[in-house]
Amino acid sequence: MSSIAHELAKKQKEISVSEFFEKNKQILGFDSLTRALITSVKEPVDNSLDACEDASILPEILVRVEKNDNSEYTVTVEDNGPGIVKKQVPNVFARLLYGSRFHTRAQKRGQQGIGVSAVVMYGQLTTGKATRVRSKISDEDVAYECDLILDTKKNRPDIIKDDFVIWDRPHGTSFQVHVKGKYIGGKQSIFEYLKGVAIVNPHAKITFVPPEGNAIVFERASDQVPPPTKEIKPHPEGVELGELLSMAKYTESLKMTSFLNTEFSRISYRVAREVCELAGVPPDQKPDQMTLEQAGAILEAIKKVKIMSPETDCLSPIGETLIRKGLKNVLGPLKADFYAPPITREPKVFAGNPFVVEVGIVYGGELNKEEPVQILRFANRVPLMYQQGACAITQAVEAVDWRRYGLEQRGGTGIPFGPAIVLVHVASTKIPFTSESKEAIANIPEIREEIELALKACARRLKTHLNKAAKRSKARVKFEIVQDIIPMIAQKSAKIVGKPVPKLAGTITKIMNVVWIDEDVKFEKSRHHISVKIYNYTPKSQSFHLHMLLPFDKVDPKTLKEKPIEVREGNKVTWDIKRLASTEILELNFDLHGVSQEQYDENEVYVSGIDPASVIGVEVLPGDWDLEHLKITEEGAPEEKEEGEEGEVDYDEGAEAINNEE
Amino acid sequence: MRNEERHQKAVDKLTELAGSVYDQIDDGKIPKMIIPLRTKSNIRFDPKSAVWKYGKAMGARSAKKLTGAQMLLRTMYMLEFIEDMIKEEKSSTLREMYYISEGWAKAKFSTQDESNMLAEDLEIITTCMREDFKLRPEEDGARVIGNLTLEETDRKGKKKKINCRDDVGDSGYGIPYNVEKDKIQFLECDADLVIAIETGGMFDRLVENKFDEDAHAILVHLKGQPARSTRRFVKRLNEEMKLPVCTFTDGDPWSFRIHASLAYGAIKTAHLSEYLATPTAEFIGITASDILNYELPTDKLNDKDIQALNAEKTDPRFKDEFWKHEIDLMLEIGKKAEQQALAKYGLDYVTDTYLPEKLAEMGIMK
Repeated sequence: MSSIAHELAKKQKEISVSEFFEKNKQILGFDSLTRALITSVKEPVDNSLDACEDASILPEILVRVEKNDNSEYTVTVEDNGPGIVKKQVPNVFARLLYGSRFHTRAQKRGQQGIGVSAVVMYGQLTTGKATRVRSKISDEDVAYECDLILDTKKNRPDIIKDDFVIWDRPHGTSFQVHVKGKYIGGKQSIFEYLKGVAIVNPHAKITFVPPEGNAIVFERASDQVPPPTKEIKPHPEGVELGELLSMAKYTESLKMTSFLNTEFSRISYRVAREVCELAGVPPDQKPDQMTLEQAGAILEAIKKVKIMSPETDCLSPIGETLIRKGLKNVLGPLKADFYAPPITREPKVFAGNPFVVEVGIVYGGELNKEEPVQILRFANRVPLMYQQGACAITQAVEAVDWRRYGLEQRGGTGIPFGPAIVLVHVASTKIPFTSESKEAIANIPEIREEIELALKACARRLKTHLNKAAKRSKARVKFEIVQDIIPMIAQKSAKIVGKPVPKLAGTITKIMNVVWIDEDVKFEKSRHHISVKIYNYTPKSQSFHLHMLLPFDKVDPKTLKEKPIEVREGNKVTWDIKRLASTEILELNFDLHGVSQEQYDENEVYVSGIDPASVIGVEVLPGDWDLEHLKITEEGAPEEKEEGEEGEVDYDEGAEAINNEE
Repeated sequence: MRNEERHQKAVDKLTELAGSVYDQIDDGKIPKMIIPLRTKSNIRFDPKSAVWKYGKAMGARSAKKLTGAQMLLRTMYMLEFIEDMIKEEKSSTLREMYYISEGWAKAKFSTQDESNMLAEDLEIITTCMREDFKLRPEEDGARVIGNLTLEETDRKGKKKKINCRDDVGDSGYGIPYNVEKDKIQFLECDADLVIAIETGGMFDRLVENKFDEDAHAILVHLKGQPARSTRRFVKRLNEEMKLPVCTFTDGDPWSFRIHASLAYGAIKTAHLSEYLATPTAEFIGITASDILNYELPTDKLNDKDIQALNAEKTDPRFKDEFWKHEIDLMLEIGKKAEQQALAKYGLDYVTDTYLPEKLAEMGIMK
């Protein structure tokens, strides 16, 4: 009897790997020929980026896709990473569930160690061909190269042949697989995937050679390698019963207290004792003798005892500056009008796992106005290409009322319409995907809420910009009236009646009756030329304070003619505008030197000490000067009342079709 | 008034207008012009002349807004242009003026509708006519056939006697853009009525069927919405030759408006209604009732048609029982018909049956 059982068990094992693969094609990312080809690029690219990050190397990645015949492609991914030692190469590439990631908690692209080996197996199953890996570490003079297949019966790598070869680079890895696939363009394509990778990895240089030739290069936009992410021990709040039991079984600790202390983060001996006491488990009990009931009691106790949140410095968000750089670098050719300053939220925790949400919005210019907003989803710097609808990111986007922020949205829910691209990045030591295919983030309330908050914060920045633009264009219209049209009317009427051209001050100040501030910044030859023109179009002289937020130490003092009366915290600069006479103009011009273009591309100008209704072109100083622009009134100033004296009807806006009559 | 006097009056009035703008700026005010609103809600029936004219509601064209400021500037350019033309004894078509504005920088018109409208604004403000400004429309090709003899002073100043039946080809006598007495004198006519016809096809049908002779009628082709000169021509026939006028159009909301502008006065030119409209003109059809009574082939009303009919329900000119009934009926049946739909019963049906029946009903023909 027992021998039959053993036989069965053996058989089960034998079929397990390929059957596992066959059954899980979809979650592994091979359910269609198109997707299989993308996955075959994605997995090795993820690995390359992780490897470079671990070694603090600026990644340089080459992706080549060649078409062999109808549906067979050769995918080559080459990196300049640290390389892999000879002994490990076969295991890394040709053994499922072998990897350094599976048991650790750290913000990494790959999480289960299935990825790249699955590609190798998919290749051999669909083409019968082996995968060639070449890797060189900097200690060696030569590279190790081998042709691998995966022994599906044993889940073991099978080296068909191997050799040492000369490779003229200090270190790196090359991966070449032959797969059945289908190459397409469009939204879900290798190109889009690599574009996404380039956006959130602005430190990487990525070259893509598609089957049709012509290499596409995503240049590096930043020379900063993200700091290596740290591994952390699981936080007790995220532990499940089975996990706790298996951890207790394999721990080397001999007592419950030391087990809790060493295997989990944020549990001191004091807290461990408290947990045991509350759970009614003897602190000196051997962990491997823990019963199911005891484990349950410990989990209950953990909920009650005050335990610090997990550390969050193990996360490596992209950061506001680099998100913007990445977006500008990759989306530049789309000629968008505005890159809203991105938002990186403070890290938060779900089920004991720290996570952080980042959002960036690109708006206007030549982006399509009629289409739904494009959503770029990222998890741990990996673009998510499929299952958009099932993803918490999409659901959060749909839940925000975008009409408040200047986009169209029917009924205030759903994906908004308008010329915008929204980027959302969730980084965590453990991304909760809806399934193993890692294409959609699960709708965990904590995460969902953070995404919504980040979206709203970034959208407010967009709205501030739009308000500003709308006000400015309104001001420009009036400016056109008083600067161009009124003088011409005056001149023409004077000519017709044969009198001298009349003075315009009265008319102009009546039409405008505001102080108009027109600010501009231009970047030229590594200098920012900043200009603020103040037109007093009111009938009386005006005195007020003008404030700007700028790095004052970078102002070229030679260019600064009007001295500020106060500079606080190095960047809050205040000028005193004294008795600017009616219809007079004051210009503030100066240069910034040594600031990169991205760091300063929009002036922030405020005024105080003047009736807000009588100023256009800039915002009124927020109540607290310490508040930054994002917190400025979301609603904007109350709508100006439409002119029209004493209920006079505007002749030209009687808008009634009378044109079908002569 | 002689021509020179008319032009002098125009120059004076226009200079006065420029002076008002000048003074407002000189006083430090925001310059504006006050003009009667040219809207449906601002036309009033004038019992004395029996036509519809502008009411008392006024609108302001103020330099406070961009459109207003632009229109004021355009006005100044136009004044200058008109005064120059009068001085140099030139004239221009409305279309030419639109093109002239190409050189007016920020005062350039964006469409010819805009420049036409401004010319009308000036007529209203100055109580002059656009001809006084040396502005004229293009010939629009409306034509007349019937036993009417008139005398036209041609471009060389020669007087020509023309009989609108015998001295003209099949296309009839072309109505010039100026039909005032200095240009055209009606000498004599042997006719009992004037029929103003919307479409060229129907005009030609009546001509071919010799309806002008058989019914003693003067046939006028309106060519859609009739030009000012066509309306003026019809009005003079009505007043001077004492001829009853009736309009014969397609059966749709747009054709109702053709009749309204000919008979009651157009909204757009209500300042000239007294001069252009023929208040005694009768509407022959096609009416909504005709569609039913004559079982005419029809088309379905489209959204725009329905919109237009509903707009007519709030148009004061259509407030009488006849129009209320016809408009409601058309909305109810949801159908419209062309004049030529009468051909369903043969080419002669319109002249042998339909018109005689309808005209008899109105008491115009026995």
